[in-house]
Amino acid sequence: MMAEVNEIAVRVHGLSKSFGSVRAVRDIDLAVAQGEIFGLVGPDGAGKTTIMRMLAAVLRPDAGEILVDGVDVVAEAERAKLHLSYMPQRFGLYEDLTIAENIFFYGALFGVPRGERIARSQELLEAAGLLPFRRRLAGQLSGGMKQKLGLICALIHTPRVLLLDEPTTGVDPVSRRDFWAILYNLREGGVTIVLSTAYMDEAERCSRLALLHGGEIRHCDTPQHLKAAMPGALLAIASAHPRDVREAVSGKPGVLGALLMGDRVHVRVDDAERRIPELRAAIADQGIADAVITPAEPGIEDVFVALLGEEKPHEP
Amino acid sequence: MFERLSVMLMKEFLELRRDRWAMFRLIVPMILQMLVFGYAATFTVHHVTTAVLDLDQSQASRSLISHFAATSRFDIIDMATNQREITSDIDHDRAVIAIVIHAGFSRDLENGKSAPLQVIVDGTNSNTALIALGYIAQIVANFSTEQAASRVFPSRSGPAAAPVVGISLQMRPWFNEGLNERWFFIPGVIGTLTLMQVVSLTAFAIVREREVGTLEQILVSPIRPVEFILGKTVPFFLIGLGDIALVSFVGIAWFHVPFIGDPWVMLVGSALFLLAVVGMGLLMSTFSRTQQQAFALNFFLLNPFFILSGFAFPIAAMPKVLQWFTMINPLRYFLVIIRAVFLKGVGFAVLWPELGALALLALIMLTISVLRFRKSLD
Ligand SMILES: Nc1ncnc2c1ncn2[C@@H]1O[C@H](COP(=O)(O)OP(=O)(O)OP(=O)(O)O)[C@@H](O)[C@H]1O
Ligand SMILES: [Mg+2]
Repeated sequence: MMAEVNEIAVRVHGLSKSFGSVRAVRDIDLAVAQGEIFGLVGPDGAGKTTIMRMLAAVLRPDAGEILVDGVDVVAEAERAKLHLSYMPQRFGLYEDLTIAENIFFYGALFGVPRGERIARSQELLEAAGLLPFRRRLAGQLSGGMKQKLGLICALIHTPRVLLLDEPTTGVDPVSRRDFWAILYNLREGGVTIVLSTAYMDEAERCSRLALLHGGEIRHCDTPQHLKAAMPGALLAIASAHPRDVREAVSGKPGVLGALLMGDRVHVRVDDAERRIPELRAAIADQGIADAVITPAEPGIEDVFVALLGEEKPHEP
Repeated sequence: MFERLSVMLMKEFLELRRDRWAMFRLIVPMILQMLVFGYAATFTVHHVTTAVLDLDQSQASRSLISHFAATSRFDIIDMATNQREITSDIDHDRAVIAIVIHAGFSRDLENGKSAPLQVIVDGTNSNTALIALGYIAQIVANFSTEQAASRVFPSRSGPAAAPVVGISLQMRPWFNEGLNERWFFIPGVIGTLTLMQVVSLTAFAIVREREVGTLEQILVSPIRPVEFILGKTVPFFLIGLGDIALVSFVGIAWFHVPFIGDPWVMLVGSALFLLAVVGMGLLMSTFSRTQQQAFALNFFLLNPFFILSGFAFPIAAMPKVLQWFTMINPLRYFLVIIRAVFLKGVGFAVLWPELGALALLALIMLTISVLRFRKSLD
């Protein structure tokens, strides 16, 4: 995936931004290689949007340097805009214009020649499955369709770096698959993608992730490495009463965290060998008979919770 | 540059065309307000509710009252029998004006003395009251001359033409020579309506893009702020010109206001006025994040601009501080220009100070708003 780490597409150094007393982004360093799909993940208010907006040259940083495709974004915002494309969390569409007109408008703003604009929008509409709706007013589209239209508008010129802020929030799973197909396609074409996401399955698809919290990057690595770096071991406890199971194990010695995942509970412990019997006993004490404890592969969500320390370890 | 500007304009045009109510919103309120203003905003007052207290009960007093009854300007709604009734009429809004003829009125008249007539007005509607007072003065003056002429016996004091009824209140609308105050008002209405329409349209259009998020979208494109601003303001400038033409047409065709002046002077004046007004709208939009804020600001600002324009209240009569404020009011200058062009037919030679002031104002407003617009993006 990272065979050609020859060129750095996005380089950020010492980036900071405050809104009044809120320090939204604190002294961030990043380097994204060309052709990467780089993910920013973090809870609400972690500073994802703020970073994106600074990368896109819509927001001036208080301090720090940003180089996008070799262009200094802070000093040469206008020139940088030609190299990048930014899709905000809420893409601004003209609701009184049709899909085709919106694409045409944004294409013209970026100075894409007419012929190219038509060919490219055709191609993108097809990939997104929006071709049959191109004469529909943007205001009458479903949330997912709007999101895809936003992506098409962002892609109508050929950016070197694509910045996507939570591009698939509110999009149905099928559309999200289409969406990712488009992204993979772009990466094949050498486009570097930086995206923020709240979906863990999407985070897992990124080549590298930055875990943000409180405006700081806590961890930055490939999903595999992040999982490996997760402290402790993960156990999955299947039961018909997952909530009761979580109650039963929470706060027990050696339990670092317990996360509800559908019909299972993911429990992070310091030492699997030692804790499995103890937990089994604790659950039985609560009168839950059907619990099955197995070691589990951590998902990125587990890693996320573990690394960001949402829950403090409960040692006796 | 032209590609991006033209696509901005095309987009505005498309949005306007898609908006089924746009034409309705742009035209109907203007014409409607023009008609309402045309009929209502006039100094001519009819059917002023009037209470009369005749304590003299003489032939002279009844004759004076009949003068009031004879004109449609006054409706005598109460012939009171005492002062209390009069006070109550005014207090309960049954009458705007009360006329009290005191006992001894006819005796004083006969003696050639100044006969006092008491007029009580409801000060809450000072405009109507003032106008009505003017009419009263007129009626009383007529009455005085009649009385003086019919007096056969020689007067002991003063010449026969001396005023016999002691009322000296007088009211003259500034432009009452042709009896048609509408002529004075309608050009003012044109300027006022255009100001209100174009300022709010411009401000709202930009704030809306900010609110919907399209502004941020446009900003990441290589478009320059000036191009965006032009794309956003040119349509409203054109709409403003259309508005002025439309409302002027209504004024001329429906109210028969004369248009004596040079259409070119009107065009130049209108263009400069609209530049300033569009700049005002743009400036307002830089102070508002949401449409609600823009609405509040619009509401807060437009009234002072209207009141301090010389539309109804002469600027010269205002306190100094307010007079200074009128200097930054584009409507103030445009009213002078449009009235002069319509009614006096004067041209550039006379109007250059106002035209220059408008040009300067437009330049300042647009510069400040472009600078502020850049800043407000963060
Ligand atoms: N324009 C602004 N003015 C004031 N504070 C802001 C502004 N934009 C962001 N913030 C603050 O900065 C912090 C980071 O916000 P940001 O929008 O970057 O978070 P985020 O990670 O994108 O969150 P979400 O997942 O909810 O989109 C928050 O505390 C937010 O309140
Ligand atoms: Mg965000």
